[in-house]
Amino acid sequence: MVSDPYLGKYMTCVSARSTDKEILKKAQDGGIATTLMVYALEQGIIDGAIVAGEGDRPWQPRPFVAMSRKDILKAQGAKYNISPQISWLKEATRSFGLDRVGVTGVCCQMQAVRKAQLYPINMRDVPDKIALAVGLFCMVNFPYDSIQALVEDHANQSLSSVKKMEIGKGKFWVHTERGNVATVPLKDTHKYEQPGCHVCLDYVSNLGDISTGSVGSPDGWSTVFIRTKVGNDIWSKAIDADLFETKPIEEVKPGLELVTKLAKEKIDKNRKTLEERRNFGVNKALRDPYA
Amino acid sequence: MELLKKMKTTKEAKPVANKIKIGHVHLSGCTGDLVSIADNYLGFIKILDDYADLVYGLTLVDVRHIPEMDVALVEGSVCIEDRESVEEIRETRKKSKMVVALGSCACYGNITRFCRGGQHNQPQHESFLPIGDLIDVDVYIPGCPPSPELIRNVTIMAYLLLQGNEDQKVLADKYLKPLMALAKRGTTGSFGDLMYDVINQGLCIACGICAASCPVRAITLEFGKPQGQRDLCIKCGSCYGACPRSFFNFDVIPEFEAISELIADVLK
Repeated sequence: MVSDPYLGKYMTCVSARSTDKEILKKAQDGGIATTLMVYALEQGIIDGAIVAGEGDRPWQPRPFVAMSRKDILKAQGAKYNISPQISWLKEATRSFGLDRVGVTGVCCQMQAVRKAQLYPINMRDVPDKIALAVGLFCMVNFPYDSIQALVEDHANQSLSSVKKMEIGKGKFWVHTERGNVATVPLKDTHKYEQPGCHVCLDYVSNLGDISTGSVGSPDGWSTVFIRTKVGNDIWSKAIDADLFETKPIEEVKPGLELVTKLAKEKIDKNRKTLEERRNFGVNKALRDPYA
Repeated sequence: MELLKKMKTTKEAKPVANKIKIGHVHLSGCTGDLVSIADNYLGFIKILDDYADLVYGLTLVDVRHIPEMDVALVEGSVCIEDRESVEEIRETRKKSKMVVALGSCACYGNITRFCRGGQHNQPQHESFLPIGDLIDVDVYIPGCPPSPELIRNVTIMAYLLLQGNEDQKVLADKYLKPLMALAKRGTTGSFGDLMYDVINQGLCIACGICAASCPVRAITLEFGKPQGQRDLCIKCGSCYGACPRSFFNFDVIPEFEAISELIADVLK
C-alpha cells in the first residue's frame, strides 16, 4: 500500500485501456469507469449504478440509476458540469431496490459516499450496500450555464453540435460532430468555475475503490489507481477476463510525475483558499469546512 | 413467588466483564428511534451480549427510575409543561457519563417544533424543546429516524472509548469528535443551516447527498444546487449533518475501509 500526500492511498497504479470496441468509440479516454461498471453489473457484483446520464438539454448530465449495459453506455464521456449523483444514493436502495449499488463520481461525491458509510445520517440500509465506487480525477467542475457560456460564447460552437469536450494541455477543447476543433485557454475558464471546488483537497478521488482519469497516461489511455480490497478484487477479475490492456505506469509518458504535479497544484492552491477564508476581512470570516 | 425464584436463578450467572451500561430514555417522540435501535437485529443482540447492558428502556427493561449509566440514548424532545419530563432529562444528565441525543427530536426539536397543543388529554402541552436546551449534550445522532448503522457505530465507539485499549480510545475519540461538535454547535437544525453554512458560503459542490438524506423530500436541485421547500422542511437537520461540507473528518473518513472492517469484526 502506497500512501502519498497528494495521490492518497493506493495498492497499485497502472495505465490502462478498455478492450471493448463499442465502449472505446465514445470513451473520454480509456473507457475504464464504463467498462468496470458494465463488468460489475454483468457479473452480479452490482445490481445497478448511479451514473451521470443524459439530461434535458445538450451536454447537461442528469443523475440516473442505470440497470443495463445500454443505460451505462449512455452515460459515457465527461460533461464537465454538475450532476448531483449522490441525490439518488438512498433512492437507489429504495425505489430501485438495489442491494448492491455502484457509484461513479468525482472526488467530492466520493467524499459524500464515504461519509455516508461511516456517519450514515438518515441513510438507513445504505452503508453496506455500496458495492463499488469508481472515482474520477477532477480539477474543478462547472455549472451548466458556465459550460454553455464557454462553448457558445468563448469557443463559438453550438452545444448541440458538440461531440466531445476535453481539458488538457492548458486548454479547454471542443470537438464538434463535423470535425471542427475549438479551444479556449484554461485561464479564461477559471471565472466560470463552481466556487465550492476551490476548497476541495482531493484531485485523484482518494476515496474511490478505484479511481481513474486521463492525466499521466498517453492519449486514449487512462491512469488507474486501485485503492481498496473491494477495488482490487474487482480489478483483478476484470483483468483476468481480458477487459483491459495495461501498461506499467512507470513506462508511460508523462506518468505519475504529471499527476502528482497537478494534484499538488490543486491541493496547494485550495489550501491557500482555506487560509484566505480564515482571514477573510469583511466582518466575519468565511467558513472553513474542515475546521 | 415460584416464578420470581426461577427468574433469580436463571439470571446471567457470570456477567461478561467490562460491559458498559446503556439506557434508552424516551421523551416526546414517536418511538421511531427505538425501532431504529432494534433494526440492528442480531447486531444489537450481539452488542447486548458482549459490550453493553441495557439498564433502562421503555418496553424493554422493567426499571422505573433512571439508574446510573455510562451512555444514555435520549429519544424525543422535552415538553416543558410536563414537569416529569423536565425532571427526567435533568436526572438523565446527572446519572449518565455520556448523554447522546438520539434522533432529530432530541437534537433539533424536529417535528415536535410544530406542536401547538390541543392534544387530548393535555391540551396545554405545546412547547417542546430539544434536550440540548435544558442540559449539556455530549453527542448528537441526527436523523428522522437515525439510521440503525449510526446508532450501532456510536454505541460501539462509546464502548471503545470507555473500555477499549489506548489505540481504540484514540480512534473512538476521533470518530465521535464531529458528532460532539454537532452537539456543541446548537439546538436548531434545518435546511436553513445548509443554506447559511454551506450554500451561502460558496461551499456547495452539488453532490446531492442533502436531497438523498431528506426524509420528507423537501430538497430539490435547482441548477444542480439544493433548494429547500420551507413548507415541507421538518427541521430534522439531516441534510446539514450529511453534507460533506458541514463536517468532513479527515482523521476517520479516509480510513473507511479499516473502520468498517473493525465494526464488522466487533459484531461477528
